[in-house]
Amino acid sequence: MGISRRDFFRVSTGTALGGLVGLGVNLAPATARAEALRIKDTKAHPSVCPYCAVGCGTVVHAANNQVVHVEGDVRSPVNQGNLCPKGAAIYQLHVNPNRLTKVLRRAPGATQWEEWDLERAMDRVAELTRKTRDETFVERDPKGKTLNHSLGIFSLGGATMDNEWNHVQQKLMRGLGVVAIENQARI
Amino acid sequence: MHSDCIVIEGSNMAECHPVAFRWVMQAKLAGATVIHVDPRFTRTSAMADIHAPLRAGTDIAFLGGLIHHVIEHEKYFKEYVVHYTNAATLVRDDFKDTEELEGVFSGLHGYDGDPLNGFVGQYDTASWQYVSGDTGTQRAGDGAMTGQVSQNPAKRGDMAGKGPEVGANPPPQGPPFDGMVRAMKKPPPPRDETLQDPRCVFQIVKRHFSRYTPEMVERVTGCPKDVFLKVAEAITRNSNPERTTAFCYAVGWTQHTYGPQLIGTCAMLQLLLGNIGRPGGGILALRGHATIQGSTDIPTLYHSIHGYMPALSTLKQHETLADYLKTETLPASYWSNTPKFFVSYLKSMYGAAATVENDFGYGWHPRIAGDHSHLPMTIAMMEGRVKGMFAMGQNPAVGAQNARLQRKALAKLEWLVVKDNFETETAAFWRTSPEVQNGELKTEEIQTEVFLFPSAQVGEMDGSFTNTQRLVQWHAKAADPPGDCRSDLWFTVHLGKRLKAHYAASTLPRDQGIKHLVWDFDADHPEPGSRIPDEPDARKVLREVNGYRSADGRHLTSAAELKDDGSTTCASWIYCGIYPEPGKNLAESRVPDAPEGPQTHLGWAFAWPSNRRTLYNRASARPDGKPWSERKKYVWWDGKRWTGHDVPDFPLTKAPDAPAKPDAIGLDAHAGTDPFILKVDGKGWLFAPTGLVDGPLPTHYEPVESPVQNPLYKQQTSPVLKMWRRDDNVIASQDPRYPHVLTTYRLTEHHLSGVMSRWLPWLAELQPELFVELSPELAGAHGIDNLDLVRIATPRGAITAKALVTRRMRPLQIDGKTVHQVGLPWHWGYQGLVTGEVVNNLSALVGDPNVSIHEGKAFVCNVEKA
Repeated sequence: MGISRRDFFRVSTGTALGGLVGLGVNLAPATARAEALRIKDTKAHPSVCPYCAVGCGTVVHAANNQVVHVEGDVRSPVNQGNLCPKGAAIYQLHVNPNRLTKVLRRAPGATQWEEWDLERAMDRVAELTRKTRDETFVERDPKGKTLNHSLGIFSLGGATMDNEWNHVQQKLMRGLGVVAIENQARI
Repeated sequence: MHSDCIVIEGSNMAECHPVAFRWVMQAKLAGATVIHVDPRFTRTSAMADIHAPLRAGTDIAFLGGLIHHVIEHEKYFKEYVVHYTNAATLVRDDFKDTEELEGVFSGLHGYDGDPLNGFVGQYDTASWQYVSGDTGTQRAGDGAMTGQVSQNPAKRGDMAGKGPEVGANPPPQGPPFDGMVRAMKKPPPPRDETLQDPRCVFQIVKRHFSRYTPEMVERVTGCPKDVFLKVAEAITRNSNPERTTAFCYAVGWTQHTYGPQLIGTCAMLQLLLGNIGRPGGGILALRGHATIQGSTDIPTLYHSIHGYMPALSTLKQHETLADYLKTETLPASYWSNTPKFFVSYLKSMYGAAATVENDFGYGWHPRIAGDHSHLPMTIAMMEGRVKGMFAMGQNPAVGAQNARLQRKALAKLEWLVVKDNFETETAAFWRTSPEVQNGELKTEEIQTEVFLFPSAQVGEMDGSFTNTQRLVQWHAKAADPPGDCRSDLWFTVHLGKRLKAHYAASTLPRDQGIKHLVWDFDADHPEPGSRIPDEPDARKVLREVNGYRSADGRHLTSAAELKDDGSTTCASWIYCGIYPEPGKNLAESRVPDAPEGPQTHLGWAFAWPSNRRTLYNRASARPDGKPWSERKKYVWWDGKRWTGHDVPDFPLTKAPDAPAKPDAIGLDAHAGTDPFILKVDGKGWLFAPTGLVDGPLPTHYEPVESPVQNPLYKQQTSPVLKMWRRDDNVIASQDPRYPHVLTTYRLTEHHLSGVMSRWLPWLAELQPELFVELSPELAGAHGIDNLDLVRIATPRGAITAKALVTRRMRPLQIDGKTVHQVGLPWHWGYQGLVTGEVVNNLSALVGDPNVSIHEGKAFVCNVEKA
């Protein structure tokens, strides 16, 4: 192409039609082909942007049990198909080489992570939760009022996660007697 | 979009909520005036008709100035104010205002509770009450969340109407609980609709803000008087039967030691201008996370249980079910249904084990005993009192205030479970944190067992988010997550199954709550083609939130079906109706209005409650039920029923001339002209006798850290704020070593602590590096040039960032003194594709007394060339 990234940026901001058109390069056929290929044979699933609370509608295209493409939902009265830079990057939350796919566990005092089997890790977390809950559970305060709680466990998080998760998390915590439950809503 | 004037204050909407800002621009194209009130000149300011600069943290003085202007020049919406607000209601004689007591209200005394709660003082609110009648003091739910409801029974004054000790004839108990609620009913308070009585709310408000003149606004905020008056003129010109003004805010308003009062100031102003419940009006919170609203409604928050019912607390009269219901039920108002909401909630917890005989399992439910929010829990963690922690989708090693203290506290944990998409700073604190790098912490000595569970992402699971307008939208699973990534729902449901199996045979009283916890979320059939056969069914969770008939499982269609006898099961009364029948999940509804439709889009998803898009919309009509104007027609009385473009927020067949029934409870106790159905008196409150622990009216206080003395009052800061004085949380105020105001903010390309953006190549490349915004004047004084490294210091720590010297930051004249402001985006940390220093190393653990929100938007610093 013979243009640097800086040139591209300068030209593209200087023309209404986009940089490469400004340079006399017509990419329309290639772009159209790439788009057609990208969502060819995919199924479109209605979704919602997971970043801020505006709630832009999105469409997630998937094929062969893999996310292929994410775009704004033109039907949505919230965003009419538009997305901001974060919303436009949702695809990379899914398809990203930096993404973790195994459970990591760090032993007390260890200097490295170790990979753990998912079920084994779940068993261990359940055991830690049970142990701490039982050791720190208080049934009554000094005045004899009912407490039925443990302040030994702190649950943090929720505003970036589904409503359904929030329901089961607060329910499980309160079922156990854990009352120190917090999320970003206080931020 | 329907607004004639839009004021954005405490938000940089164009950059932080850019897609929502499209609607502001559409309104502007249609002729609306756009105003931006902000310490910085941003892209929002660039698009605004007026940019009013102000010193960070002085918004109450600015808005109070607008209230003063509106009252002084009689620009308020008289008919709306008289009929729809408590302006006419009379307040007790012994109430003393800040004008009389040099900046504090009557009832202030020392705090005698647990120091971990952080209060520097406490109010007895008895003198803030109406002359007579009920204000719902017993409820005062917000006080409970912070542990401020007194342990001193004398404080409760004549409102201590609870418990069998009161009177010779204890009220009947239930279920049904209607008799009990009826016995609690009090006659309505006296009013003076001429608004002339010196004890009426209107006159109290007028006196309270009498010194918030344009000159005073300039002295306190630094906003030039002529700019302030332009704002005042624009909002008053655009607030009347024909026109409406909207306010949009974000955490620039909330993150202060008087954050809730700041929002309250705006609510007062909008009530005075008649802009609540009307199209194009209102106060819009621009919230920052996909379901930050949902996680408040369905509260993973210690102080409340579902649907804004207060958490059970030892600091209130909550020992038995009857105690709780007597304390928390407002006999007049929609909250008279609290027994139905609450008993249905207990049924959702304990199912068939919750019976009339055992008070529906009330005794198993845990109680709070103080402030268990993030700020005091950080201190408790530092002191070794917290052993285990779940950090799921949240990254406190970067996002928490005084982040150094937070990271050191993590090292005191016995175990930490992180669930996220990437190796967050929180997950990696033991190996890459600055404290490990500089030797303060040694990895080998950190005894914390850490787990990091990889997460499914939004396209890989079913579930719903509630957006900032209460709109609940479903997202469908499109593909399996890779490897051992699992949905958050999977994690908690399977953890719960393991724990329930452990306690299944226990006979200990303390274990009965978990033993009987209803935990039935398994999918009936594994999803075809999925690698994860044990993925729970998210719709089963939504069904429990929505509610069903206990006997036969039939879905509930609205909160009106709820009963207080255990025959209905419903976790969240406000979400009731979202899933009215199997196969009909309204969060999945995707039918927008046609272009010629009313644009309320009632067929697109579900807005709680009852799919209502604008709350209190009865106020969009005149007292007689006709629209205020054809132009602002929204919900109206058609002679037989309420109808319009939205779901009416009012009993559908209650006529505008229906009188309040003196002996009735619930909404029958309100007249046909009382739009605020959740308030005991049906009125919008210009004065809050209850609900706030730091005053019935907003008052300008300085941030905890400020370079100047409060120009308005002798009282410098909120007399009841929360502060934790420690060597690792030092505060500096009016300290010449820290002369500048520091504020933090976000960028378009990053999200919060950066977990969801600094690991994404596209976003990391767009905004790779931390910077600090400085005015040319401040930079010049320190010999700092653009791109120089700058050291920014507060008493908690120091960081280095690259200088961005810009006219967007401008020095202000405050009370005759030049004050510089410094701006820092806070998205960076020590993990990710792009890294940078943690800005929250600079901030402090100080909080507001109502909700323990920290003061992240105004503190002090110094700068020097690094």
